[in-house]
Amino acid sequence: MSIELNNLTLVYEQHPAVHHVTATIEVGDLLAVVGPNGAGKSTLLNALAGLMSVEQGCIKGLNPNEVAYLPQQTQIDRSFPLTVAELVATGLWQSIGFQQSIGREQHTQCEDAIGAVGLQGFENRMINTLSGGQIQRVLFARVLLQNRPIILLDEPFNAIDAKTIADLTRVIQSWHQYKRTIVMVSHDLEYVRQHCQKTLLIARERIGFGKTLEVLTTENIKRAQRMCEAFDESANWCMKDVA
Amino acid sequence: MLFIEPFTEYTFMQRALVGSLAVCLGAVPVGVFMTLRRMSLTGDAMAHAILPGAAIAYLLTGVSLIGMTVGGLTAGLLVVALSGWVSRSTHLEEDTSLAGFYLISLALGVLILSLRHSNLDLFHVLFGNILALDNAALLLLASICSISLILFALLYRPLVIECVDPLFLRRSSIASALSHYGFLALMVINLVAGFHALGTLLAIGIMVLPAAAARFWVRTLDHTLVLSVLFSFTGCYVGLMTSYYFDLPAGPAIVLSLGFLYIISLLLGVEGGYVKWATSKRHLEA
Repeated sequence: MSIELNNLTLVYEQHPAVHHVTATIEVGDLLAVVGPNGAGKSTLLNALAGLMSVEQGCIKGLNPNEVAYLPQQTQIDRSFPLTVAELVATGLWQSIGFQQSIGREQHTQCEDAIGAVGLQGFENRMINTLSGGQIQRVLFARVLLQNRPIILLDEPFNAIDAKTIADLTRVIQSWHQYKRTIVMVSHDLEYVRQHCQKTLLIARERIGFGKTLEVLTTENIKRAQRMCEAFDESANWCMKDVA
Repeated sequence: MLFIEPFTEYTFMQRALVGSLAVCLGAVPVGVFMTLRRMSLTGDAMAHAILPGAAIAYLLTGVSLIGMTVGGLTAGLLVVALSGWVSRSTHLEEDTSLAGFYLISLALGVLILSLRHSNLDLFHVLFGNILALDNAALLLLASICSISLILFALLYRPLVIECVDPLFLRRSSIASALSHYGFLALMVINLVAGFHALGTLLAIGIMVLPAAAARFWVRTLDHTLVLSVLFSFTGCYVGLMTSYYFDLPAGPAIVLSLGFLYIISLLLGVEGGYVKWATSKRHLEA
């Protein structure tokens, strides 16, 4: 089922971070969400992940249990004493819950996921000894294990080297092949042009939506930068939907 | 014989040992997660939140095991519920919202006590009486220990997940709420068990010190859990022995033994201990 953002508004203390955005995400889309800092990209992703309540409008066709969400790395407590294998295995939570034991088949799944992101041999390494790129590989392996039809990635390649980006891009492409819906927040316009067919360009409001090359025009990008002025303490109440 | 004689000769020493080991078994795993969640001092605050509840119960029912347990649990859980609700639904951090409510609880307790003009002997509540545990008290400690272990085992997975990646379980999910409130409830029931043995002020020592010490010796979470329980057992035994032979109060002796273990670990521990850090000038090739 496609996901519909219908006139969606998300706010922090009544200031809109996402303002009357409408878009339809089809099944199997690889959609990039692009925009300047403070444009509401992560906020939008949080709402899709069910982490934040919708102020106005709605999101249709999205069951939170179908979503795997990869947060920005700053959200992860890397000092916690877990091994790579253990952190990856937390991706099994939805299928094993509080008390079911991890069966042989699931062990194999864990190993396969760790292999797929190129971390063979790292299973018993503590996560606090990993580099940023390796942690990102671990988190991708967890998403693999979660095995959901909808995957949300928040800035997955921030401060990540080219080799890791290439490896993890292959993982994203295999998800795409299997018709999973992927929504990815990114700053890297070059990457988006190369790998994502569709783009939602926002600067709080929707600037463009559709085929990436048609959306990411110089004009649109300039417009997005202009629109993303700082949050205004003396802004008036929005009257768009009142009347 | 020197090392087991006090326990074979005197029932009160046997009881003290069994009681303190029961408290450790329940409280130490919770303590490990407190240190990992950077909540060591939050536990201290919680201990203060329990004090007035126990004190008010003492005022109403005298030295009643049930009364003071219920009083402590009520005050503790109320503070937990309120601060948990505030930190989950407002922008206030958990430590600040807890501080807000435990201070209210503490001040309220002191106020009520002073209104009654009674000159209460709160020594028991403040420092416990591990050497005078009767059957009922032992049964209570054993029950709290069992409940705590079962609850801990049940919440173990969501607790770990919440610690590493708080967004993973989603705030709205039942598992997230269960692990959040469940963990705080675990802290409260173990602090209540701890105050019967060591008093409200020292109970937190049994939870935090073994966990802090263990982290200087092992890396993984399961090893940390096992080692810190062993450390706490050692501390209780050594503390009780010291208290017996040198005629010292048992509660502080136990906590000081644990403190000694912590300092030794800090200095000699193989995982980031001071001596290893200061003397090792070599590094590996890769």
